[in-house]
Amino acid sequence: MASTAIDYAGAPAEPLPQELAGPRGARPRRLLSRRNIFLYGTLTVVAIYYLLPLYVMVVTSLKGMPEIRVGNIFAPPLEITFEPWVKAWSSACTGLNCDGLSRGFWNSVRITVPSVILSIAIASINGYALANWRFKGANTFFTILIVGAFIPYQVMLYPIVIILREMGIYGTLTGLVLVHTVFGMPILTLLFRNYFASVPEELFKAARVDGAGFWGIYFKIMLPMSLPIFVVAIILQVTGIWNDFLFGVVYTKPDVYPMTVQLNNIVNATQGVKEYNVNMAATIITGLVPLIVYFASGKLFVRGIAAGAVKG
Amino acid sequence: MGAVSVRNLCLNFGEVEVLKNLNLDIEEGEFLVLLGSSGCGKSTLLNCIAGLLDITDGQIFIKGRNVTWEQPKDRGIGMVFQSYALYPQMTVEGNLAFGLKNARVPKDEIARRVARAAEILHIEPLLKRKPAQLSGGQRQRVAIGRALVRDVDVFLFDEPLSNLDAKLRAELRVEIKRLHQQLENTTMIYVTHDQIEAMTLADRIAIMRSGAIQQLADPATIYNKPVNKYVAGFIGSPSINFIDGQLEIGSDPVFRAGETKISLARYQFSGNGPKPGAVTFGIRPEHIFIEKAASDQPFQAEVDVEVIEPMGADTLVWSRFNGSELRFRVDGQHPVKKGDRVMVGFDPARASVFDAQTEMRL
Amino acid sequence: MPDSRRPRQVFKNLAAKIAAIPMILTATVVFVGGTLWTVLYSFTDSKLLPRENFVGLAQYERLWSSSKWIISIQNLFIYGVCMLVLSFVIGFVLAALLDQKIRFENTFRTIFLYPFALSFIVTGLVWQWILNPQFGIQGVVRDLGWENFTFDPLYNPDIVIYGILFAGLWQSTGLVMCLMLAGLRGIDEDIWKAARVDGIPMWKTYLFIVIPMMRPVLITTLVIVATGIVKVYDLVVAQTGGGPGIASEVPAKYVYDAMFLSQNLGQGFAASTMMLLAVIIVIVPWAYLEFGGRKRHG
Ligand SMILES: Nc1ncnc2c1ncn2[C@@H]1O[C@H](COP(=O)(O)OP(=O)(O)OP(=O)(O)O)[C@@H](O)[C@H]1O
Ligand SMILES: [Mg+2]
Repeated sequence: MASTAIDYAGAPAEPLPQELAGPRGARPRRLLSRRNIFLYGTLTVVAIYYLLPLYVMVVTSLKGMPEIRVGNIFAPPLEITFEPWVKAWSSACTGLNCDGLSRGFWNSVRITVPSVILSIAIASINGYALANWRFKGANTFFTILIVGAFIPYQVMLYPIVIILREMGIYGTLTGLVLVHTVFGMPILTLLFRNYFASVPEELFKAARVDGAGFWGIYFKIMLPMSLPIFVVAIILQVTGIWNDFLFGVVYTKPDVYPMTVQLNNIVNATQGVKEYNVNMAATIITGLVPLIVYFASGKLFVRGIAAGAVKG
Repeated sequence: MGAVSVRNLCLNFGEVEVLKNLNLDIEEGEFLVLLGSSGCGKSTLLNCIAGLLDITDGQIFIKGRNVTWEQPKDRGIGMVFQSYALYPQMTVEGNLAFGLKNARVPKDEIARRVARAAEILHIEPLLKRKPAQLSGGQRQRVAIGRALVRDVDVFLFDEPLSNLDAKLRAELRVEIKRLHQQLENTTMIYVTHDQIEAMTLADRIAIMRSGAIQQLADPATIYNKPVNKYVAGFIGSPSINFIDGQLEIGSDPVFRAGETKISLARYQFSGNGPKPGAVTFGIRPEHIFIEKAASDQPFQAEVDVEVIEPMGADTLVWSRFNGSELRFRVDGQHPVKKGDRVMVGFDPARASVFDAQTEMRL
Repeated sequence: MPDSRRPRQVFKNLAAKIAAIPMILTATVVFVGGTLWTVLYSFTDSKLLPRENFVGLAQYERLWSSSKWIISIQNLFIYGVCMLVLSFVIGFVLAALLDQKIRFENTFRTIFLYPFALSFIVTGLVWQWILNPQFGIQGVVRDLGWENFTFDPLYNPDIVIYGILFAGLWQSTGLVMCLMLAGLRGIDEDIWKAARVDGIPMWKTYLFIVIPMMRPVLITTLVIVATGIVKVYDLVVAQTGGGPGIASEVPAKYVYDAMFLSQNLGQGFAASTMMLLAVIIVIVPWAYLEFGGRKRHG
């Protein structure tokens, strides 16, 4: 008989000729194979290199100055003190004033919140117009916008000073918010355009047949279904704007400086004794907002930078 | 022992058991097709044979050698993938030769093998091109060529034709069959979920379902004597008609559905013979005849036409028989329409009877 | 075209056009207008305020005879080349290691990428502290007994740029790794299987098959890293302030200093125009390769 009937378990109807010797099952693999040692060893060493600065920052910020002067930056604090944190927040000096980072923190909040909202609102509407309402010339402007993203900011610094001065908002928070909106536009518009372009055309056409217009479709259909991309955009913008230094220093005055500028002024102030523990506490406090965003957002952060990297 | 033997193979992905204690013996020179629905573990089995997946338990022999722990390159196999997997930055010639160069095969030997593969597969004019400059069919030929130059006795194909359009698929199917005949003593294991491919190519077909082989037999046996209800339903298009009823044993075994009795006197019962109880009776649409031809058949009945699906050469007719759906084919020229009452007939000896409980063939 | 159709053209998609006004203004006024304005005024002798007194290439002559600018360019070159090579090599190796179906992949990726979430100011200040000769690495090693150990990149004009490079790599290699990892994940699994059946060793598979296949990702990463290099500013301000002396100046800082500290707008415009030129040299060949070829296919 040519065929071998086989039952459900898959065992042959005819018995095996004999039990066969030799290797069986998975390839033997030692846990500590040379490959694994190399792999995890390298990764661990690199991970330590990456974590070291964070560790040093934290440790230094918790020591008193005497301990820092005699000790070793890698040593854990003998006596934990939160004094440097308090001082960094409320009384560190920038050379101009001595009210700590708190002023810069609140400035940064007042810059970041409206900038994020405005830039995302404008860019999402732009992206929507570009993806779903293609009009003549739209792509030309879009191309200019994307190419513009590669122009060094330094080239446009001064013309913007003139524009803001003409508008009467040079040196104010409003002016800086506008600048962040302008420079966030290329990447965000690209992000939203690509996202909206992937929304099925039928959905859009059906809404038009139902009589919905430009804004109706945007608010009733596009917005509700694109929450994830808004989250990505928010992550991108919060970290980007919070971390900005150049625009802050160029377009604002000392009393409205964002946190990064103030931090730099505190740490690199030329007069007075260097208080390394306060400096490191201030540095951590400044880095805290983006770090929290980063650790809380996980995969979305990666998606954000990938979206930023992948061109349309 | 055959060219390829798989013994008690188990494979788990974490908690999920994908292959469960699977046994398979493949003769030298045989063309074996692994057929099954998507996700049943065909590719997984093939990758285990190739050594691309670490198995959980069991053994694999190729040409009598235990290769369970060997690397893919040392197993004496060549493999062709659905997505071609050609190296895009190399020319066709480079693709064919790259593996050989790495194995430090002498230059003139490489040239000889590449030339031979190119000749067999009719890709000589393409040797200097890059994969991106080839059509799908040509790419798959190159992929086959890459397996061919390895000078091995066992070829593994994982759905090599499913990325091609219907016409090319039919063309390349014949070509693979020709290749198998041309290369004597070459064993081929071929994964597909296309029944036609399986039927036309295979010496034997292994029907898989959720990690286990249901039936391993030549195409005719699979078609005519499916070992269980699943195999019967899986093979054949349009698929087999199932009628539920009782098996009664008087002087002859009889299948009874409602008032109708079908004599199974000439039906070949397998193994232990007939056993009374609930059964499912399966008859293929193409084995049902109508009107004149029906009267020559041992069993006849009258049914009402419910739906017709004209398909050109023939027409598929849907009707009802004792509450179960009954499909059959009539000649495309034959006038049937909805509401007609037609006489149908078939030979119960060509049917398959399955135990309603175990679904195994009786 | 008949006149009667014209008004409809204008009013068609009116809402979309209105919505796109911010984009149109940004693109034309700020990006195109601003750039042209700066290039134009780089030919003037503007000092405290811009003025239209054209002096030809005088600003550029001054620029290229300024030692501060020359050092800036040298630094940028060293920083740029090292940054590109090292971030690509390290980023790729890390990505390849993470791609080995390892355990704790997410943990490692999170660790390698977190510095990218931090600002350059924070990065610069941390590394300023770690590289502090008295208390930092040098101090620690000396305390361990090697009295003559010297590692003070931030205080040695010859190697200060490498100290900045250290911090820059720490901040941005994670990004390169992440992009490369995405690229590696995009490679068809079957390619790896085919290479294993062919008996090609892993390193050769990477070198001859996988890396060539990752060309688009590599080019995108190159453009991102390169444009980032040209813009490097905050890191230097925070870490060294351009010192010791002018040893760690970079072009972006030169521009800022000229415009806003030394009231020498013309110099700032000329220097920023040179930066623009540098970016064009990077971008144009890329754009040509990337989009020039595509257009031909329609
Ligand atoms: N890497 C993996 N991890 C976990 N489960 C897997 C993995 N690869 C496959 N599986 C599971 O194993 C089962 C068998 O997969 P396999 O690829 O062998 O199916 P197949 O029969 O080849 O199907 P198809 O016809 O779609 O190719 C599927 O249920 C699949 O979900
Ligand atoms: Mg498969």
